[in-house]
Amino acid sequence: MFVSLNWLKQYVDLQGLTPEDLAEKITKTGIEVEGVEPFGEPIENLVVGYVKECNQHPNADKLNVCQVDVGDEVLQIVCGAPNVAQGQKVAVAKPGAVLPGNFKIKKAKLRGEESSGMICSLQELGIDEKYVPAEFAEGIFVFDGDPEIGADASSLLNLDDIIIELGLTPNRSDALSMMGVAYEVAAILDTPLHFPDEEVQITEEKAEDAVSVTVKDGDLNPYYGAMVVKNIKVGPAPLWMRNRLISAGIRPINNVVDITNYVLIEYGQPLHAFDYDRFGSKEVVVRRATEGEKIKTLDDEERTLSSNHLVITNGQEPVAIAGVMGGADSEVHEGTTTVLLEAAYFDPQAVRSAAKDHGLRSEASVRFEKGVDPDRVQRAGLRAAQLLSEYAGGEVLDGVVAYDDLSYEEKTVTFTTSRMNHVLGTDMNDAHIQDILRKLQFSYEQEGETFTVSIPTRRGDISLVEDMVEEIGRMYGYDNIPFTMPQGAGNAGGLTAYQALRRKVRRYLEGAGLSETLTYSLTTEERANLLMSPDVKGENVRPVHLAMPMSEEHSHLRLSALPEMLASASYNVARKQKDVAFYEVGSIYVTEETVLTKQPDEKERLAGVLTGSWLTHPWQQEKKNVDFYVVKGILDGLFDYLDIEEQISYQQGQVDGMHPGRTALIKLNGEAIGHVGQLHPTLQKGYDLKEAYAFDVDLEKVFKAISSEETYTPIPRYPSISRDIALVVDEGVAAGDLRKTILETGAPLVKNCLVFDVYQGEHLEAGKKSLAFSLLYLDPTRTLKDEEVEETHHAILDKVKEQYNAELRA
Amino acid sequence: MQERLVELKTEALEKVAQAEDAKALQDVKVQYLGKKGPITEVLRGMGKLPKEERPVIGQMANDVREEISTAIDEKQTKMEEAALEKQLQEETIDVTLPGRPAQTGGPHLLTSLIEEIEDLFIGMGFEIAEGPEVEVDYYNFEALNLPKGHPARDMQDSFYITEEMLMRTHTSPVQARTMEQHKGKGPVKVICPGKVYRRDTDDATHSHQFTQIEGLLVDKHVRMSDLKGVLNAFAKQMFGEEREIRLRPSFFPFTEPSVEMDISCKMCGGEGCSVCKGTGWIEILGAGMVHPNVLEMAGYDPNEYTGFAFGMGPERIAMLKYGIDDIRHFYTNDVRFLNQFHKA
Repeated sequence: MFVSLNWLKQYVDLQGLTPEDLAEKITKTGIEVEGVEPFGEPIENLVVGYVKECNQHPNADKLNVCQVDVGDEVLQIVCGAPNVAQGQKVAVAKPGAVLPGNFKIKKAKLRGEESSGMICSLQELGIDEKYVPAEFAEGIFVFDGDPEIGADASSLLNLDDIIIELGLTPNRSDALSMMGVAYEVAAILDTPLHFPDEEVQITEEKAEDAVSVTVKDGDLNPYYGAMVVKNIKVGPAPLWMRNRLISAGIRPINNVVDITNYVLIEYGQPLHAFDYDRFGSKEVVVRRATEGEKIKTLDDEERTLSSNHLVITNGQEPVAIAGVMGGADSEVHEGTTTVLLEAAYFDPQAVRSAAKDHGLRSEASVRFEKGVDPDRVQRAGLRAAQLLSEYAGGEVLDGVVAYDDLSYEEKTVTFTTSRMNHVLGTDMNDAHIQDILRKLQFSYEQEGETFTVSIPTRRGDISLVEDMVEEIGRMYGYDNIPFTMPQGAGNAGGLTAYQALRRKVRRYLEGAGLSETLTYSLTTEERANLLMSPDVKGENVRPVHLAMPMSEEHSHLRLSALPEMLASASYNVARKQKDVAFYEVGSIYVTEETVLTKQPDEKERLAGVLTGSWLTHPWQQEKKNVDFYVVKGILDGLFDYLDIEEQISYQQGQVDGMHPGRTALIKLNGEAIGHVGQLHPTLQKGYDLKEAYAFDVDLEKVFKAISSEETYTPIPRYPSISRDIALVVDEGVAAGDLRKTILETGAPLVKNCLVFDVYQGEHLEAGKKSLAFSLLYLDPTRTLKDEEVEETHHAILDKVKEQYNAELRA
Repeated sequence: MQERLVELKTEALEKVAQAEDAKALQDVKVQYLGKKGPITEVLRGMGKLPKEERPVIGQMANDVREEISTAIDEKQTKMEEAALEKQLQEETIDVTLPGRPAQTGGPHLLTSLIEEIEDLFIGMGFEIAEGPEVEVDYYNFEALNLPKGHPARDMQDSFYITEEMLMRTHTSPVQARTMEQHKGKGPVKVICPGKVYRRDTDDATHSHQFTQIEGLLVDKHVRMSDLKGVLNAFAKQMFGEEREIRLRPSFFPFTEPSVEMDISCKMCGGEGCSVCKGTGWIEILGAGMVHPNVLEMAGYDPNEYTGFAFGMGPERIAMLKYGIDDIRHFYTNDVRFLNQFHKA
């Protein structure tokens, strides 16, 4: 809502506050001021001039040489506007004037003729082209009426106005009118209000003889008032009115339309003026449109209606979509002499759906959608009739022909002073509340500390005690509410075990060198189906898709973070950031339903993507690229950190989109919980990546495996014994299996078994490999004897020979 | 004999001084102090001396021996020191060469901020509550006083999946769920962070996915002044002790009264500048007293219980705090962006 301060001053004394100070007060008390902007720039040496003579320029077809009386002198001005004429009163920028855009007016010769100044168009004075009345769009501006010659034209054109832009929240539609804003400002400043009256000179002729009103769907139109104004002379509205409309962001058209728009802004009540003679009948019939019914609206569009839409008809056919737009046929035009003036209350929902269906949100529909003040409907009609009689020569027929089923009573809200203080945490007394209610102009009754407040109809947003808490609180001033801390039973607060673990995982990964990413949950259908971990992928698991996506890019919910993370990696590599180590903790959305009947299972996953070099230390000739074991090592470290490494195993596995030979399923106590491996070369290529590695793990399952018991193992007091063995096996034997067997067979004495060498080649038979392990023997209770170690060692060798045909390497 | 001893001493000390390495020194030691050395010999020959001279010569021989031994030890120490000195010199490296890089990663800026905010409120006794991102209509809207047909829940503004299910548009449904779990009893004191989704075209200031962090306190005597106190404590810890806060009226369907909280602008200290658009204040979050309809729907008696709620956007806070000009940076994951926020 744009509020002209010059206009607002007509209703309420602004007490000489600067626009900024006023804006600050309004913002702090109720409505956010989003901007304070000068309407124009007051221009010095801009005066009203009278064109005494206007003659064709001797040397130029399109120019005129004008003699212009500017009060203290007569200036010769060469003017190129097509509409300049003798007898006009115009805006003259005298030499020395500076127009917007730092355009300095100087004396000059144009094609040999002296020119001392400029006759201005509104555009040249800084008024936005979209608000310039059509008649002046292509030429100079011409004053109507009889402004004094030589008078300051800046103020006549309202160039000194300041516009305050209010950002209205949905509850404050009461401030969608100048009167509403005036109520608010008067309450803040505690000053009286001066509103126009609605007295109308009427003729003896009765409106009811000229028109009848029938409303067939009263639920959507509880009030419809029609007035008839005859002998209208359509022409320009007075300058002050046009100025105010422009300041409110509305382009002036003609006096009839401008008056309805003026009252719309002043009262917040949309009105419509029909050309009575072109209405098509003498009866107004309001009803739901029939399905498929058509109307040509005044923007010359033919629109098809449905039964959700309310229409005004002449008994036969629609002449307007109620509250949204009038029809072309009954539009007021230059020759209109009699006007049928509509002031109605339309159901917000009906207007909303019609405005939406036809893409016609307007100043009028917005106000109907929010619900207009029922008390102002008829008054606004009277005000418009008054202005039509004053500024369009109209004669108002006696009476308002109305359908009236609009029952409204002022609501009451009852509260006590102590309740106010209880909720606000304040220390107000009854007098504070009385004072605030007086400023708001809310009437009330008081009994002890109990107030029963009658809520004016203009404040449709207030119906509960809490609404009054807000009114009292904001007027008392939120700044005056003290700072306190909550009392009552306190919670200990803190993270849940799960949340604390998640943070630990993050810190571990960051310490291990990974950077956290945040990618979108919504992705393409293709990506949503890509790289699903084997533990996620089920026969019927499918990505959830949006009913109405905005784009294919964000249409499906992910089943792995990897596809989007790989896209991020690709983005970086394309920008010469070739080393990428990412992790992300986030949900995937698992369902087997094609049409959701229940929420998908949101599983929190840990995903990672690594590519490029892992370590580069050039001057010591160290360089290592990310490989499978770098990534696996990070996960090993994590599982060790979480103390579940003994429950974890890896197993060669096939995952769609992953390298078939370089991918492992991650198993927790035998159950797959994710995978780690290299991306399939084809997919790597698709992402424009070189070797890239990824992992994706079910975080919830990992956390569930963690034992909450924390125990202490005493530091061993007896020495351990270390034995190395190198075993030759078929190259297909997995080191992990071999190691597992060694540990199992060696229990309880073998505490650890490390792979320290893997060899294949020259000195070995083809198809064989050598795996070297370092075994650690320990008995925490005593010093081990060599023979015992020897015994276990042999048992191990026998076992691996039996199980894997493993030979001790010579 | 006395002369012999003095002679030996002079001779030996000279050799010690001349010894150039450990071996030469050892030779001197063996030569003069060894069992077959001249001093031992002198001592052996003492039997021939008159009785009264023996202790004098014995004493003198021991002194000479002692003196030579000390000289050898000193020389030895010096030699070791010199050797160590040499070794150290040889081992000297260029300490200005770069070190072997340690891998460093770090959290996403939004995670850092969210954790920081969580911790501030944990310090005030709040717990962290989380909830689903695919939400049912009831919790996302109805339970929050946004009944069907309410303009704020237009299909155009949300990502619906079915008529009854959508991507949550705010983290407020977690509040509704948490209250419901507490079955009408207080206190409920939670912070709800998470991802939310709106039907917006991504540009510099809009993102179809973003994060929110909300807070809720419901109890028997919660006052608006408590909201002010808690938010003030938060703002001062988050943005600096010298920041002031103010509340302005606003509107949210799930709170009444509703307010927006501004903090005094850090750039200009409240004087007005381009960052605060000349107002001296910067909008940080929305808040209010929990709407009685919301309390009632969650099973609380609004006559007995009151509460406050607040919500903020970590993206916005990050943009303000660091002067980030485009919200898309948070989701592009450019390492040159991510790495900037890994510093302590």
